[in-house]
Amino acid sequence: MKIKVNPARKAYIYISTVLLILLSLAMLLPLLKVVAESFSGKTYIEQNKVLFWPRGFNVEAYRRVFENPNIFVALKNSVVITVAGTLIDLFMTALMAYPLSRPEFKHKKPILMMVTLTMIFTSPMIPSYLVIKGLGLDNTIWAIILPGMISGYNFFIMRSFFAGIPGELIDAARIDGCGEFRVLWQIVIPLSKAVMATMTLFYGVSHWNALQQPLIYLRDPKKHTLQIKLYQILMEDNIPMVDVGQVELAPATVKMATIVIATVPILIVYPFLQKHFAAGATLGSVKE
Amino acid sequence: MADMSKETARGKRKGSRKKYRMLYIMVIPGILYFILFKYVPLLGNVIAFQDYNIFKGIFHSAWVGLKNFKILFEYGDFLPILKNTIVINLYDLLFGFTAPLILALVINDISNAWFRKGVQQIVYLPHFLSWTILGGIVITQLLSPSQGLVNLALKGMGMEPIYFMTEASMARAIVVLAGIWKDMGWGTVVYLAAMTAISPSLYESASLDGAGKFKQLIYITLPGIVPVIITLFLLRIGHFLDFGFERIWVFQNASNVSVLEIFDTYIYKAGLQQGRYSYTTAVGLFKSVVGFLLLYGGNMLSRKTTGESLY
Repeated sequence: MKIKVNPARKAYIYISTVLLILLSLAMLLPLLKVVAESFSGKTYIEQNKVLFWPRGFNVEAYRRVFENPNIFVALKNSVVITVAGTLIDLFMTALMAYPLSRPEFKHKKPILMMVTLTMIFTSPMIPSYLVIKGLGLDNTIWAIILPGMISGYNFFIMRSFFAGIPGELIDAARIDGCGEFRVLWQIVIPLSKAVMATMTLFYGVSHWNALQQPLIYLRDPKKHTLQIKLYQILMEDNIPMVDVGQVELAPATVKMATIVIATVPILIVYPFLQKHFAAGATLGSVKE
Repeated sequence: MADMSKETARGKRKGSRKKYRMLYIMVIPGILYFILFKYVPLLGNVIAFQDYNIFKGIFHSAWVGLKNFKILFEYGDFLPILKNTIVINLYDLLFGFTAPLILALVINDISNAWFRKGVQQIVYLPHFLSWTILGGIVITQLLSPSQGLVNLALKGMGMEPIYFMTEASMARAIVVLAGIWKDMGWGTVVYLAAMTAISPSLYESASLDGAGKFKQLIYITLPGIVPVIITLFLLRIGHFLDFGFERIWVFQNASNVSVLEIFDTYIYKAGLQQGRYSYTTAVGLFKSVVGFLLLYGGNMLSRKTTGESLY
């Protein structure tokens, strides 16, 4: 049988392919320009000669950024918050999601309802601030980490994944004398690598990228995170120039180098985790 | 095998609340977390009806009834902010909500697996960049009058560069487009998953009946994902006035603040920077009540017209 291809269909395929390529370029080219400028020399930048490939290649901007004590401290703060925050988030979310994923747990409805309500009514800014202040957490990294430990959305994704683990497997471990903590740690989590990878990405990225909470709670410049420094550099044109070295730098180069440094951690984890996250992210949308 | 299932069945029968006590203990930290960091602040909304004084605290501050809400409606700041929030959200709903749906339909139609995967990986990426980075890239690399790509293209066509960031009339469009750039790809994930759940036999029988690809899209693909579209739409409506602080904050400057000031940025400035706690809590409460009413109304309307609803 000969398959007849409709000419309108053929035209559609060409047009949609071209549009998708243009869309992908629209997302990639600005990023490429950031990287190119971060490695370029001053004269080329000032004459607008840098497009998607560095000209007058040098790494001076990166040296300046890393030598600047303010940016370095901010980078360190962001790493500490992201690593500690993500580990705590994963632990707390799994600890709550595991029991509520098991049929042995009776009367889970009110608890699930309690979580759902917080997704509809987001906690108000001022009262939350007063609670954090009242707990004495203001101006500490705990003001950033503790209030976001369990995201309702991530909790439901993890719970529905855990619910798919066969009960026989868990019962067998219990009969062998495993306590619930060991079941969670040695059976459930190793079987849930895909969802744990997704959650690591979601929680990690949200800590690394956070701007609003650090802006509210970390007002001491020594506690500033990389995103706050980045905001000051990019939007307020508050560019730290430690010493005027031998190589002359355009302010734009320092800005772009800071963007690259703030983006690289995400680009590094992205390929490792992206094979899991599409599967993980869609689980949460399954309505119950 | 039979032995084992008998064994576990017996185990389950014997196992009462006491046997699984540990499971109940494990949820306690989570419950405490939700109470302390989510429900206590929600109850803290009562300071909207007080003249809250940080030294007196919530239990000793004076009650003032609806005074803060009266200030809200009589005060000149409020109406422009309400208008900005509504207008920006309407644009975002109109364009930001439909863009991922259209993109998902187009991606779903790609038959070349390699091309499809490549496109997906690229369009998902901007979702994971922070608003600070994204704002920085948009302002310096796309819209800058001297080296922004958009202005370079305009110059290439012989036109004058546009000073986008000082042009208040452009500000809302920039915010909405930047959001589409960031999240349109990521928004396709849920739709694409819903599309793979549609049975292939429906398409087979449709094409045997002579339905072309476009008819299949209208009569099979779209109806198949309607429940997902409605769910996402209702969730979006429920957060209609919560536009997101960071997305606006990174684009705000002295020349566009009059059209970009929304509830979240205003609460931050007037509440946290100027210490007007009770008044801004009233603003926040107004925002959540409107959001809830929209969600409730939308849900009811949707249940009556399409049979789909969130709850």
